[in-house]
Amino acid sequence: MIHFLLKGVLHDRHRSLLPLIVITLGVALTVLGHAWVNGVLGESFVMSAHFSTGHLKAMTRAYAEEQDQMPIDLALIGVKEIMDELAGIGEVDWAPRIRFGGLIDFPDESGSTRSQGPATGFAVDLLTPGSKEIDRFNLTSSILSGHIPTREEEALITYDFAEKFHIQPGDRFTFFGSTMEGSMAFGNFIVAGTVRFGAEALDHGAILIDLTAGQRMLGMPDAAGEILGFFNNNRYDQKEAQAIADSFNARRSGSTDEFAPLMVTMRDQEGMAQLFDYTHIISAILITAFVLAMSVVLWNTGLIGGLRRYGEFGVRLALGEEKSHIYRTLIYEALLIGLIGSVIGTVVGLALALYLQVVGLDMGDAMRASTMMMPSVIRTQVTATDFWIGFIPGLFSMTLGNALSGLGIYKRSTAHLFKELEA
Amino acid sequence: MENKQIIDINNLVKRFPIGDGYFTALQGITLRFVAGEFAGLVGPSGSGKTTLLNLIGSLDSPSEGSVVVLGHEVSRLSHRESAALRNYHIGFIFQTYNLLPVFSVYDNVEFPLLLQKRDAVGRRKAVMEALDWVGLSHKAQSRPAQLSGGECQRVSIARAMVKRPELVLADEPSANLDAKNSHHIIQTMKRLNRELGTTFLFATHDEKVMGYLDRIISLDDGRVARDERPLCVNEAQSDSTAEENGHARRQARI
Repeated sequence: MIHFLLKGVLHDRHRSLLPLIVITLGVALTVLGHAWVNGVLGESFVMSAHFSTGHLKAMTRAYAEEQDQMPIDLALIGVKEIMDELAGIGEVDWAPRIRFGGLIDFPDESGSTRSQGPATGFAVDLLTPGSKEIDRFNLTSSILSGHIPTREEEALITYDFAEKFHIQPGDRFTFFGSTMEGSMAFGNFIVAGTVRFGAEALDHGAILIDLTAGQRMLGMPDAAGEILGFFNNNRYDQKEAQAIADSFNARRSGSTDEFAPLMVTMRDQEGMAQLFDYTHIISAILITAFVLAMSVVLWNTGLIGGLRRYGEFGVRLALGEEKSHIYRTLIYEALLIGLIGSVIGTVVGLALALYLQVVGLDMGDAMRASTMMMPSVIRTQVTATDFWIGFIPGLFSMTLGNALSGLGIYKRSTAHLFKELEA
Repeated sequence: MENKQIIDINNLVKRFPIGDGYFTALQGITLRFVAGEFAGLVGPSGSGKTTLLNLIGSLDSPSEGSVVVLGHEVSRLSHRESAALRNYHIGFIFQTYNLLPVFSVYDNVEFPLLLQKRDAVGRRKAVMEALDWVGLSHKAQSRPAQLSGGECQRVSIARAMVKRPELVLADEPSANLDAKNSHHIIQTMKRLNRELGTTFLFATHDEKVMGYLDRIISLDDGRVARDERPLCVNEAQSDSTAEENGHARRQARI
């Protein structure tokens, strides 16, 4: 009988090939859609963590109040001491940073101003051997010309900035800003290279210098605007982050000093809590909607497939097959086709998702005006879920559709089914 | 011919719900058939022929009265018992053949034996024998779409006969066939009736079929109008005799 059923499935295109194509496409789209949503949202969080929030961030209480203004006058002092304290906390790598703003001035051959513009600056540890900041800023891949700074007087500037001011590696520029104490800060730098971070909010105009150079220029010895913490496995764990932050803050709970260090989790920064919640909700809605849509399509495929065969069921009943046997064979066929389609669809979907994970889709032009920390190259992110999520619409829905359509075998009288075959 | 009673119908009534009321398709039918009969239910469309065949085939159940087939009261059979009765004891032949189009001739004929879970060797022997009866052994691997209407109906006969049922119910088996094929089909069934002793019960209004029947039950408006046994029909009758019988019957009606 199994041989007979297989033969029927293989020979009847309406029973096998067409549902198989629909299932394969539906499952592949489901897998790709899931990986896409994960990729876009996940990458945004990774970028936010690496460029801005860290998984944890220590700063002064006053700085925390106004951190969007990059107030270096409210920066942490005694960073070495704090770093020593942090070194014993969890599986976290800590990185002091200074974010600052000012004017950048490019001189002509005679030393006069050729062009000038506002710039956002990052002072991060680029020169200490083993520093992970180069990886966090993805400098090796992001650098478009020149090289990563090897000396304190070297700086990286973003590609858009370089284009706008016609800057080449080797050119010099002067940064004007204010020191931590409020006096004027100057710094002369050589452009080591140009970078494109892949986030339009940063690529508009930013410079990246070594932390030590920044500390010297901004009058911040043993000081930093913030100390970012990153879990060593690079995965954000809200529970663990909160525990670390609570433990750190508990040691200073009695202090009323507005410059006392305060640690916050990624979720507690810059509206990230809402973003986290919205993202999870939107992600869940998108994925659920997609899975449901595919489920309805494939359910319908199963349903139509079953209804189309009522005539055949009538013949089989007349030949002496039991209703329950017909129903079971219908389910077995749906399971078989659903399984094959789901496997093929998952393989196709994963292949596409992996391709887009590696190659990505450059949305830079469309996101030129964006101020959000979002990647301009959108990539999918393949997770373990992608290996099974396609089976929900592919196997479950197809089988459910067939199961529901097959109930008609029981609801209709045998003679009625018999009439349908005569129709 | 054996005298074993194969169908016993008593005061059979069948009603179908229509809107708020009922349509009575059969009213007070009482009939008996013995093994080996080659009988037909005749009458105009709507006279209740197919309904009666469905009831005898345990595809439907009576509203009143009883239908006993091979000792089984059909209204008391469960779905499973009904299926078993059809699977082992009753063959069906349809007007539109109703072969499973995606399967070969061989597969179509083999299907009832698969339901009986017969072993492969036994199945093959029975299928080839059934195809021999209808002269289609050479078309075993063809698909129904590759066959003529007459050949499809012969496959349908082979499928009905392959399990050697006691009873074959044929609903307008010649309605879609031309005269030559109709005679061929009916002669095939008549031969099987003679050689295997299978009881055949037709629902038909085809004069050509009537010429071969040894019992004709005329239904009119759900009642038995006549139940007659044409005298000139016998096991040895020739094709021409059957045709003449049909012609004579037409003339008599005129």
